[in-house]
Amino acid sequence: MNKCSGHEELDILEERRQSGDLSHALRTFSPQPYKEKPPCSASDLSKRTLESQYLQYVFKESSLSMEEVKEDARLLLEEMSQNLQLGFIRLMGYTLSKVFKRLYTNIYVNMEGLNMLQQAIQESPVILMPTHRSYIDFLIISYVLFTYDIPVPVIAAGLPLAGMKLVGEILRRSGAFFIRRSIGSDKLYWAVLSEYVKTIVRTGFAPLEFFVEGLRSRTLKSVPPKLGMMHMVLEPYFKGEVFDITLVPISISYDRVLEESLLAHELLGIPKPKETTKGLFKATKVLQEDYGCMHVNFGQPLSVRELCQGKINRSQYNLTPRQVLSPDVQACVIWLAHLIVRIQEEGSYISPWSLMACVLLQCPTSTLTERGMVWSELKDRTLWLKKLALRFGAHLRWPEQVSDQNVLLSMVALHHSIVAHKGDRVCLVREEVPIRKHRLSAEEEVNRTAVAMLMLASYRNQSLHIFLRPAMLATVIQVTKSTQRDELFTFFCFLKEILSNEFIFVPGKSTQDFEEACFLMKDCGAILFSPEEVTVTEAGQEVVSFLCAFIQPFIRSYQVMLDFLTEHEIKNISEKEFHLAVRSFVVKLILSGTTENDIIIPICELQTYEALSSDIQKNVLSALRTLGVLTKFRGSKNNEYQVDKAAVKRINDILCKSLLELEKIFTHSLLLTS
Amino acid sequence: MAANSSSDRQRAAQQRLQIIAGHLQRPTNYQPDITAAECKAQEGNPNVSNEERTVPRRRQDIMKWNGWGYSDSRFLFNKKGQAEFTGKRYRLSGMIIPGLKDWMEGTFGASLQHKAPATPILNSTAVQPATINEAFVEEVKATTIPFSVEAEDRVFRAHGHCLHEIFALREGKIGRVPDMVVWPSCHSDVVKIVELASKHNVCLIPYGGGTSVSSALECPPEETRSIVSLDTSQMNRILWIDEKNLTAHVEAGIVGQDLERLLNESGYCTGHEPDSMEFSSLGGWVATRASGMKKNIYGNIEDLVVHVKMVTPRGVIEKSCQGPRMSTGPDVHHFIMGSEGTLGVVTEVTLKIRPMPEYQKYGSVVFPNFEQGVACLREVAKQRCAPASIRLMDNEQFKFGHALKPQVSSIFTSFLDGLKKFYITKFKGFDPNRLCVATLLFEGDHEKVLQHEKQVYDIAAKFGGLAAGEDNGQRGYMLTFVIAYLRDLGMEYYVIGESFETSVPWDRVLDICRNVKARIIRECKDKGVQFPPLSTCRVTQTYDAGACVYFYFAFNYRGLSDPIHVSEQVEHAAREEILANGGSLSHHHGVGKLRKEWMRETVSDVGLGMLKSVKDYVDPNNIFGNRNLL
Repeated sequence: MNKCSGHEELDILEERRQSGDLSHALRTFSPQPYKEKPPCSASDLSKRTLESQYLQYVFKESSLSMEEVKEDARLLLEEMSQNLQLGFIRLMGYTLSKVFKRLYTNIYVNMEGLNMLQQAIQESPVILMPTHRSYIDFLIISYVLFTYDIPVPVIAAGLPLAGMKLVGEILRRSGAFFIRRSIGSDKLYWAVLSEYVKTIVRTGFAPLEFFVEGLRSRTLKSVPPKLGMMHMVLEPYFKGEVFDITLVPISISYDRVLEESLLAHELLGIPKPKETTKGLFKATKVLQEDYGCMHVNFGQPLSVRELCQGKINRSQYNLTPRQVLSPDVQACVIWLAHLIVRIQEEGSYISPWSLMACVLLQCPTSTLTERGMVWSELKDRTLWLKKLALRFGAHLRWPEQVSDQNVLLSMVALHHSIVAHKGDRVCLVREEVPIRKHRLSAEEEVNRTAVAMLMLASYRNQSLHIFLRPAMLATVIQVTKSTQRDELFTFFCFLKEILSNEFIFVPGKSTQDFEEACFLMKDCGAILFSPEEVTVTEAGQEVVSFLCAFIQPFIRSYQVMLDFLTEHEIKNISEKEFHLAVRSFVVKLILSGTTENDIIIPICELQTYEALSSDIQKNVLSALRTLGVLTKFRGSKNNEYQVDKAAVKRINDILCKSLLELEKIFTHSLLLTS
Repeated sequence: MAANSSSDRQRAAQQRLQIIAGHLQRPTNYQPDITAAECKAQEGNPNVSNEERTVPRRRQDIMKWNGWGYSDSRFLFNKKGQAEFTGKRYRLSGMIIPGLKDWMEGTFGASLQHKAPATPILNSTAVQPATINEAFVEEVKATTIPFSVEAEDRVFRAHGHCLHEIFALREGKIGRVPDMVVWPSCHSDVVKIVELASKHNVCLIPYGGGTSVSSALECPPEETRSIVSLDTSQMNRILWIDEKNLTAHVEAGIVGQDLERLLNESGYCTGHEPDSMEFSSLGGWVATRASGMKKNIYGNIEDLVVHVKMVTPRGVIEKSCQGPRMSTGPDVHHFIMGSEGTLGVVTEVTLKIRPMPEYQKYGSVVFPNFEQGVACLREVAKQRCAPASIRLMDNEQFKFGHALKPQVSSIFTSFLDGLKKFYITKFKGFDPNRLCVATLLFEGDHEKVLQHEKQVYDIAAKFGGLAAGEDNGQRGYMLTFVIAYLRDLGMEYYVIGESFETSVPWDRVLDICRNVKARIIRECKDKGVQFPPLSTCRVTQTYDAGACVYFYFAFNYRGLSDPIHVSEQVEHAAREEILANGGSLSHHHGVGKLRKEWMRETVSDVGLGMLKSVKDYVDPNNIFGNRNLL
């Protein structure tokens, strides 16, 4: 049992290790369902969907004949629908018991959250909203709920999963329903999907689970939420078809993520393997490894009714048939979706390893790849950071009754794929070079390092939400050299706008974000502030330096890409071209910065490998689109953009100026630490 | 044999006809009085009508001053702890209701040990001294129109039947009350009073049956002028009946039961039967846009009214003819109907009348769940074959109705009941916690009623409905008349409750029922109510495009410091929920002062402005100053 901030955490694997998996799988399962759930089978659900007023209305609007369009809809439903069966839940339970025990040392679940969920499920339709960092996320919730006699959910999944032989069908019968990846403008598909989802919510057939982030995060940081599904699940409340809907954010945290290297490769442009059953079996070799702990944190159930009070006027649906009308509720949906992701972030647990990754990333890459970082320094910095993280309110899973030294050593051992202990130093582990190859090109060398660096960066990202806001404030303080709150706030907002695709900010809450940053910085003694002024304390310099360096790779990457656009006089560019060109531009910069004697790197060259990540590149594109720098060509197939050069320059100038300041500090702090 | 059974049926029909009439005790020395009479006030004999009509000037002589209805009729727990209903007026009178105690204890967590008795008699010192406008009083005296400044008379007319009004009376708390009560006997009396009120700037509040549930009768506390309650109860004659056109011209103070009884004597009826018909008055119906239980046959008040006379500070408003429909601009009747006493006093109304129905038959249908029940009512409305009345009660009300079954005298009946229950729950598989019941009332030709009945039962069968007998249906309607008495019983044991209504399009009926009931439960919980409340509804009227839904809620208020405030907050929240779910502000209770905060959003800025400008023209000095509606 693990006590964390006063709440009871149960290791569900402990019991599995003591009693048989078969009896677990065959346990009596008689959960308390939603009180108004009508007797309704999976096939009734499809039938109700097809007969719904909304679909009848859509059918009539269609250009096809009634028969044809009905048949089309029926086929879509067939492809989509789940077929939840207890037998398959049991089968899944049995298999997962075996798999989890092999992969993880512990799976902690907060019992308080489970108890609240159990209550909530009886009261109103429940939407389970877990984070998505690994394929494991997919069935863990069902597994936990099955274990604790709570109704198992139906789960929104990507259609490719359905295509997996046998496995697709097993998933379907375990409650998965399948959604096409790109729906585009297929009106009928949208209609059938949304009616199916809404029917599940309206009837309270089962808790509905979906990943609000839409897809697995490749970087282990939160992904900006997708709104389509969110809209669908909320609409029954907006339209008064249910009294309330309960949202349950769930944070699933991993010490070590199963697909860590796969993700890093993907970020470097190596495509993700197609989901196939064969691939799944091939992947069984990853089952030989140890992945440490997993943490499933069920958040406080949130009432949509309470959340939307004053934000949604339900009577706007009064004057038109509800199946016809869809007024603009986007702002509320966006807000809610972001809020959920923020709550997921707050609820996630970070491991000592994530803090170590933060520290390691602030060491020059060349040092890491060659000599390595001095162990005692890594340890001291990590322990210092631990204090700061706790101060900032992190849920830190730091094993008790073990010495700090051993905690950190065990982390290095767990993450042997990224770092290795050599003498009194820790250095980066790079992929083995295939024996056949004699010599790697300089670019391939960069890629080798990049894989490890991006993995490291991903683990740093696990604690991103802890430090992000203070780090932005620290940056702003350093860049503006101002002590005026107004000025700081203005630049804070500018930074936030640029980074709003990179990180999750609840829309319209800039002031709160800024206040929060100020509060945290003050709380740890780094700054003093009055209504007008913010000043860094003597003792706060260390915190400020750390925080600036923490966020620096992001800002630097953005700047590099803006540089690229400025330098290359590009007028039009497609998304694909952008990725390729930026990648080679970045590799060049990295190579030019690599010097033989570990001399401190000049400012103009690049110290971060993160600019190689396709994720950050994508985010830059989105940010530039939002800022009006890039305009998408209408109807272009390859997502071509037009570049507004003046705007690029303007933004880059501001960022550049800030970067100059940041680099100075960063260099300074590196000098201190190495 | 066939002849025999048909005469049996007729006898049964006769009996059934007594049912509605049965709860209205007939005065023994009744004389038909259907001639156009001179205004009796001028004859100086104002007491004549008191012997013939239900409502005397001193209402407190026969009615409760701090509760519902007749003083002799009330629920109580006898020495054995069994509930019984006192008096002789109703079918339930003198009967033991064995299930009520358990139901009250089970539903509310109430206990017979915990009593919250009312202040027994009105303490006149608690009543504010009257603000008398001497000049006005002098001139009224000169007209010989009777009036009173006695505390009892004034207090009686200071309230309707909202929970907070009755609760305050039970606690002996008296707020602003009228300073004087006048009893005009005819239209010309009213004209005189309104003229005098205008002349002396006195505030007039018309008072009919006093059954308002919208705080419409509350005196505005900020009113500094002398407030005069204009009690119309003595204007209660049928002035003429026109058998060619099937209309009757009636003074507006007549109460429903008298109107119906008098017309029945001549073989006619209006068919207008609001649940409050024992006490509510014709003028009140017009002023609030009332709705009757049997509107499917006879129509609501706006369908029944042919001609209205209203006295306003500007003068008398009326139409020049009795044409059945006119295209003469906006119908001025619609300024009168629903004006809630803000423009003037309705004095005389010409109403449509119908020959009394040959045959009446009750019925009931049990549905496996509320959803099916609503679907059935919708289909009935679609086919436009609704019986005189069709009402659907939800499961909670079904159970409530069950708890009110009087003690059965024979073992055979109780055996039959058990058998029925077994058939429905075990054989048909109905879940006793989900099933609900629709009550029906058919009226008309004997033949047609039977045909009609079959048609409706056939539709019901399509929605899983099982015919559940006449008795259940009849009891359902009887409950309507005694439910207000039950609230008084609840209050004796720390249980308070309120009812309110709305109208809503068909596609919203289920959603609004679910959401409003759930909202009530959640609000009670949030406001610290210690026990789960009773939160229940019924669909009471069907229309082409929607239905009328009636909600009841009640809870045990032990442990709450300000139960009335809590109850008002809950009702407020429930009304917000209704509006958010596409329901109307009111179907027939009206707006009064209780709901006027929502008028603007209900009728739009311009709409409200139109109403205001009418008020400004008709009554610029706010003589009719009850401040309802606007």
